[in-house]
Amino acid sequence: MSGQIPIFRLGSTLLVSIQIELRDAVAEAFQADVLLQIERRGTTGLVIDISGLDMVDTYVARILAETGRMAKLMGTSTVLVGMRPEVAATLVRMGYGMEGVQTALDLDDGLALLGHVVPTR
Amino acid sequence: MINVSAAHAMRIECENDIIAVRRRVRDIAEARKFDSFATAAITTATSELARNALVHGGKGSATIEEVSDGLRFGIRILFQDAGPGIADIPRALAGGYSTARSMGLGLSGSRRLVDEFELELESAVGGGTKVLVTKWKRF
Repeated sequence: MSGQIPIFRLGSTLLVSIQIELRDAVAEAFQADVLLQIERRGTTGLVIDISGLDMVDTYVARILAETGRMAKLMGTSTVLVGMRPEVAATLVRMGYGMEGVQTALDLDDGLALLGHVVPTR
Repeated sequence: MINVSAAHAMRIECENDIIAVRRRVRDIAEARKFDSFATAAITTATSELARNALVHGGKGSATIEEVSDGLRFGIRILFQDAGPGIADIPRALAGGYSTARSMGLGLSGSRRLVDEFELELESAVGGGTKVLVTKWKRF
């Protein structure tokens, strides 16, 4: 495990924010980390924040979509949040619409989509 | 008549080189005040084509040029590799066709992100692949 991408738990949801360039070694460690955390923590939701990425090519898009499918096999729903306008425009123009991946504008909307109950004081 | 004001030759021999090449392209686009969508487009196309050169050619190079046609500023990049070339060009350009572990959108996708896209093969099969792309700054 490289642990280069921190994973947080928020109730029954895992939260990861990708702030670094994904490359092969990092991507595989990231996917393994997420799946192990899902098993250990018994979570049912995964939010992946990509607001820190100013570029998503088809390589990164494939890793994100794959991670969502892997989590799905373990019963966890994934929501991709924080995609920048430039990234959305570029992916669609390339012919890649991230089909099969749930998306939301930001973290708040992503958690709401997962039915996450935010505790209030 | 295209005027070349600067040229940067970069090797593509490992994953880190892909990142270095696309960073250089992003830096030029931002310095030349391309809008954020055009910057994302040329940076992403660069990433796709640099990865293609590495994956299909084993290694290659990118020559990044800052160009002008007298009216507009542009970024022109030549990607070269020494791989097997592309046996079926129309199919590769149509997208959804991959000979490697990818989605097969590298060529077709990057073509939609740039203004000019030329694919030349040194020879039909066996002599490597050359792709020349240009992105012009919008007025």
